[in-house]
Amino acid sequence: MKCDVCQQGEASVFLTEIVQGKMKKANLCPACAKAKDVEQAGFGLVEALGLGAPSELELSPAGTKCPVCGFSQSDFKKTGRFGCSHCYDVFGDLLAPMLKNMHKGTEHVGKKPEDFERQAEQSRKLQALREDLDRAVEAEEYEKAATLRDQLRQLETGPLA
Amino acid sequence: MKFSRIIANTGEWLTGNGPHRNIVVSSRVRLARNLRNKPFPGWAKKNERVEILQSLKEAVEGLPEMQNAFSEVLESLSPLEKQVLVERHLISREHAAKGVGSGVVMNVEQTLSFMINEEDHLRMQAILNGLQLSKVYEMINKTDRELEDSLDFAYHRELGYLTACPTNVGTGMRASAMLHLPGLVMNDQVNKIINSVNKIGLAVRGLHGEGTEAMGNLFQISNQTTLGEAEEEIIERLNKVIATIIEHEQNARLILLERRPTTLLDQIGRAYGILCHAHSMTSKEALNLLSVIKLGIDLGLFPASHLPPVDELFIETQPAHLQKGVQLKKMAADERDTLRASLIRAKLKSMPEPDITKIPTTPSGAGDSHDE
Repeated sequence: MKCDVCQQGEASVFLTEIVQGKMKKANLCPACAKAKDVEQAGFGLVEALGLGAPSELELSPAGTKCPVCGFSQSDFKKTGRFGCSHCYDVFGDLLAPMLKNMHKGTEHVGKKPEDFERQAEQSRKLQALREDLDRAVEAEEYEKAATLRDQLRQLETGPLA
Repeated sequence: MKFSRIIANTGEWLTGNGPHRNIVVSSRVRLARNLRNKPFPGWAKKNERVEILQSLKEAVEGLPEMQNAFSEVLESLSPLEKQVLVERHLISREHAAKGVGSGVVMNVEQTLSFMINEEDHLRMQAILNGLQLSKVYEMINKTDRELEDSLDFAYHRELGYLTACPTNVGTGMRASAMLHLPGLVMNDQVNKIINSVNKIGLAVRGLHGEGTEAMGNLFQISNQTTLGEAEEEIIERLNKVIATIIEHEQNARLILLERRPTTLLDQIGRAYGILCHAHSMTSKEALNLLSVIKLGIDLGLFPASHLPPVDELFIETQPAHLQKGVQLKKMAADERDTLRASLIRAKLKSMPEPDITKIPTTPSGAGDSHDE
């Protein structure tokens, strides 16, 4: 691993700082570490060096935040409630085992919004037509394929597409 | 519509005549819905909540069944007015604690009510008296269908309707019935019933929902889970359990008549005496005694025509209702107790003494075999 400062020497001094919930890291070679006086410097050195853009990816899952509403996992632990509907996807891994204990099942089987029902129906139809079309082409039934293609186009440009 | 009209009219769910009315006080279904791209009320900033409130309030007011509705932002209601709505089960206690950024809309009949920015953006409920869960679900399902034309509700392919708390995700539905079970309480059977109901994933709670005490022998039974089961299945399951409880309550009443008629008559007579002559009464005592009188009416000891005023007293003796005519200032508890007693005395003035000759006879006769 190369040194973050001189980009040449092999890094052997690894700094990790957590400031205001953001983790920053910097890797330095012994020469640069000595030059920057790492051992004497206090907190905030990584930032002072202009290094270590905070990386969400490197954070442990406990620091995961919803990119839409900014709600964090620790907020969820505190309140037992989510910040917005997108949190359900962001914290999906955390949620799955909880749902199993809370409910009768893990998948919704009840009412759907009408739009959603229509869309599901539409995509089922489209899928079926595409498969028919593929088969017709493969069997070199071009007349049939042409009809299917027209149907497909009509459905795709229909009011719901 | 003015709040005074809500107050003046007790609402259809109290006065209607639904099936199993003598044991099932009311049936209620509530749906939780949220807007897809807005933070949930508990996480939204004040200006966001105000914005959400405006758009939802407008959408709800525009529903055909909400013409001439009562619609208000919560900061415009006094604590007493909010408490009246809680006592009528039209808003939750949690909602009553909210202010700027939350609101309430309800129809004249008070059978449909919408809480805006409670725990979820929208919580809508339908309520009717008697056992009519399927019918109240149909009512609220219809408004949900109408609203989804103009509102983008958060819906997830696998998880269903998304709610602030994962305990409500899926159907977002809470169906509940309020049961009056004096027979099971007097026979010490009610805890057994509660335990077995809990075991099959249904919840039993007191008069005002979660964490409240059972008063007046009133118990609320509702579904606990919302994911993995369709709305109609949940309601069907509740209906079956409630039918069984009704049967148990009827049996309990027969057993009381047969084995402990003196205890039963003594309790009814005492309740009548105290209610008709007391000059100070807490709301808890009032509910418990009224419950016994209601049982007396069911058993034929009082004329059936006296049921409506007794049912009204269940609501009218609650602290906020008691004060609604005297709105000048919040009364002290002892002033309320005096007022409550005089209200009850006035309302029961025309009620005759219990007629013990009307007590239903049972095969084994009227002997009080083993009584305390």
